[in-house]
Amino acid sequence: MIASTFFRSIQNHHLLLYPTALFRRKNGVLYCTMKSTEAQTATQEKEKPQPKIPHRSQTRTIDKISKDYEAVIGIETHVQLNTLTKAFCSCPYNYGSPPNTSICPICMGLPGALPVLNSKVIQCAVKVGLALNCKLSLNSKFDRKQYFYPDLPKGYQISQFDVPIATGGYLDLDLPVDLNRAGVPLLEIVSEPDMRTGIEASEYAAELQRLVRYLGVSNGNMQEGSLRCDVNVSVRPIGQSQFGTKVEIKNLNSFSSMGRAIDFEISRQVQLHSQGQGDLIAQETRLWEEGAQKTVTMRKKEGLSDYRYFPEPDLPGVILTKAYVDAIRDSLPEAPEMKRRRYEKMGLSMQDVLFLANDINVAQFFDETIAKGADVKLAANWIMGDIAAYMKNEKLTISEIKLVPQELAELIASIKGGTISGKIGKEILFGLLAKGGTVKGLIEEKDLVQIVDPLEIEKMVDKVLAENPKQLEQYRGGKTKLQGFFAGQVMKVSKGKANPGLLNKILVERLNAKS
Amino acid sequence: MLSTLHPPRSLSRFPRYTLCTLTAQSSPSTTPPPHSQILSIRRALLSRQVTTTQLAESYLTRLRLTEPHLKSFLHVSDAVSQQAHCLDGKIARNEEVGPLAGVLVGVKDNICTVDMPSTGGSRVLDGYRPPFDATAVRKIKELGGIVVGKTNLDEFGMGSTTEASAFQVTANPWDVSRVPGGSSGGSAAAVSARQCVVSLGSDTGGSVRQPASFCGVVGLKPTYGRVSRYGLMAYASSLDVIGCFGSSVADTGILLRVISGHDRLDATSSKREVPDFASQFASINLLESKPLKGLRVGLIRQTLDDGVDSGVVSLIRGAASHLEELGCSVTEISLPSFSLGLPAYYVLASSESSSNLSRYDGVRYGNQAAVDELNSLYGDSRAKGFGPEVKRRILMGTYALSAGYYDAYYKRAQQVRTLVRKSFKAALDQNDILVSPAAPSAAYKIGEKKDDPLAMYAGDIMTVNVNLAGLPALVLPCGFVEGGVAGLPVGIQMIGAAFDEVLKILIAIDILI
Ligand SMILES: [Zn+2]
Repeated sequence: MIASTFFRSIQNHHLLLYPTALFRRKNGVLYCTMKSTEAQTATQEKEKPQPKIPHRSQTRTIDKISKDYEAVIGIETHVQLNTLTKAFCSCPYNYGSPPNTSICPICMGLPGALPVLNSKVIQCAVKVGLALNCKLSLNSKFDRKQYFYPDLPKGYQISQFDVPIATGGYLDLDLPVDLNRAGVPLLEIVSEPDMRTGIEASEYAAELQRLVRYLGVSNGNMQEGSLRCDVNVSVRPIGQSQFGTKVEIKNLNSFSSMGRAIDFEISRQVQLHSQGQGDLIAQETRLWEEGAQKTVTMRKKEGLSDYRYFPEPDLPGVILTKAYVDAIRDSLPEAPEMKRRRYEKMGLSMQDVLFLANDINVAQFFDETIAKGADVKLAANWIMGDIAAYMKNEKLTISEIKLVPQELAELIASIKGGTISGKIGKEILFGLLAKGGTVKGLIEEKDLVQIVDPLEIEKMVDKVLAENPKQLEQYRGGKTKLQGFFAGQVMKVSKGKANPGLLNKILVERLNAKS
Repeated sequence: MLSTLHPPRSLSRFPRYTLCTLTAQSSPSTTPPPHSQILSIRRALLSRQVTTTQLAESYLTRLRLTEPHLKSFLHVSDAVSQQAHCLDGKIARNEEVGPLAGVLVGVKDNICTVDMPSTGGSRVLDGYRPPFDATAVRKIKELGGIVVGKTNLDEFGMGSTTEASAFQVTANPWDVSRVPGGSSGGSAAAVSARQCVVSLGSDTGGSVRQPASFCGVVGLKPTYGRVSRYGLMAYASSLDVIGCFGSSVADTGILLRVISGHDRLDATSSKREVPDFASQFASINLLESKPLKGLRVGLIRQTLDDGVDSGVVSLIRGAASHLEELGCSVTEISLPSFSLGLPAYYVLASSESSSNLSRYDGVRYGNQAAVDELNSLYGDSRAKGFGPEVKRRILMGTYALSAGYYDAYYKRAQQVRTLVRKSFKAALDQNDILVSPAAPSAAYKIGEKKDDPLAMYAGDIMTVNVNLAGLPALVLPCGFVEGGVAGLPVGIQMIGAAFDEVLKILIAIDILI
């Protein structure tokens, strides 16, 4: 129910004009936090999503703020693109590779070396721009952003300043600074300062992560720094149009820490305001300390830096043709939000929808399974239940398990058609997950075909009744609860293969038969 | 009329240090070939009249003789003999050798060479040896050329006299008390004194053309993008081009063809086809038949105004008359934006240089100042590493790009650049080539303008517009003015439409010589 609120708020903005519109103006507390969504993903237990209340001590403060103050939150997201090579040379780059192993005259900034733009960077930018329904600039350019830094070999970054490749969500190309990663292609996505709570902000970031993963432009991993969010927070009295002093928060390694950091920062600023010490809020960069659950000053801003931007003379302007953009548009995968709406129309619960659409690989697995004719709800249940639990235990992703969608569909059909029982189905599933193979092969190999021959079941029932005269007597004496005991015994004899319906029918007949 | 032009061929083309002649030049020929050292050398080598080793030795001997007076080289290769020997082996075995086989090439020291130091004339790069060859150098080597050494220059190309080199002052071979021009003064002097056959320079605001004029050699500044800049230490990236020096138009044309073409390592290099410039040269015996009939020549009025040496003006007018005699129609044209080019150039070039030179921060290259704190490291290393002219331009450029000044300087200069480009385009729609002096005067005394940077900057008035417009231009000797030992050479600048180095300029010029 809570999840559905979240979902519907997305649905309302089906055109997705810009990402910030997604989460704008929701009703305070009605959120499913990212944390619970993640837990759901991971454990696959069908728990009800719990609204996570950030910090009990802060909740009251925040409640108070909501009356008098309003927070203004903007997010700058850096997405490291998986272009295989760096942005301006052909050096490969991998996260975690030893320092300075993949460098050349160009990324070292040696005298005489020149940058040459990797066309995949533009391709990724266009993909993300289109997916966010931004307005693309068919003519854009690169600029130099200048400052001294030990790991900045040229003394400037190549970036886009005043003519970004896509606007409307504002999309920016940027390059980071350290030498081993110098030239690693980054996409910078800047939100409008439209968010009001930590949770809203972390939902925004999570949706961006989902999107870049769907598009295959980045692995979106926050721990590795492939997706980095810097958050700007200010507060102002409600009704005031002018923004308060802006504080930047860095070191946010997960969506939940982002939410908590923002909420902490809001309450810190509000407390200062309410104590008449609003002028103590400095324009500065603060670090989120996960251990202490608070933000601390990292560095004060000494006025605005002058980066002395000017057009990069080493790179010609980026000119996109309509044909190029159209080709990319045609190749775009279904967006997360479109997928969610489609799943919802199939009759899946909101919880199922959120889970399945969260990861594009899971969604693809699900889509392929139902394309093979599997029942939608059953397919969802299997994926979210035993398959997800197995993935979690074995620390595998859905692309790494041995089970293929074709066989899951087959399994579901075999159970539905009565060839095997649900219990045996599970047994087969674990075989498929661990070793692969086909449903048919496993059934044959393990001799697991369900026993549906009444005569055969009758024989087993008779055998069990004969072996348990005492219990039979008790049953017939009125202790009918023992039916379960007999059913269990027969199932055991059949090695679990007896058709449960048939078994019970015959068992009841025999138990009640006057011999 | 011909006598007023003083066609260089009828004069002693080379100053007094270079009077010994090459054995290769005496080769008899039935059809007069275009005047070209490169072609003469090729004929002499392939007909076994001379070996590469002999040829290289004669140049090296002259180099050793003249270098103490001229100081054109910062570094002389010790691999010349070995490379010459290798080529001789190939020729003896009748193997294919490239069009530059046996040609000794001087390379300006801001162009990277893998086996030699490349300092850009700056202390910050003292001892620096790049791990790669500039694309132009690589191509020269692949086609048989022998890099004889690295030539002196104003630090990072910033200057017009070569006095701003951190290492030495190069002298003008026509009068050693005078500057060779700059910033490619070493490359110009080396060709002028026959220390090498041809040389590479770089031209950001006239750094090939002005020294060519001062040293009495041919200097060719290609269209922006014609030659890859990969391996050229950036001064002002949107203006920089690698150019050629030679003792004839044919030599610069042959060298240009070798180094031209698209390079995937330079995104601004052009994908246009590179024509065979040499095949376009007209034969000298066509001279009597008005071979330039129909060629429209525009004489830029603003370049013959006050402030230009009267001797220079009369030489240019004389050359124009000579062009008319060869069949050209010469008209005087006006480029009203001409005088705006100089300040715009200095704003743009300084702005770009302030950025391009940021990489010399003391962290990576020689001359690291011994300090603990990071900002002091940057500050001290740069204070000690850069010379005054470079510092002046970094300061000017940083100022022009700063918040609050950007619109008044950088942006306005870009607008002027657009204006200049348009006015040249219009003039070149009406004319095939535009003509002007290459510099307002002949070579001046060493030290004369050293403490007056504005006077030195003003000397670039003839050339900077061509860089702003990205056009090709060629400077060749058109006579002498009084001064020095036996007169000082003066060059005429001929400007063509973009990528029109060939037809309209080279044909005309080779005949003019
Ligand atoms: Zn690289």
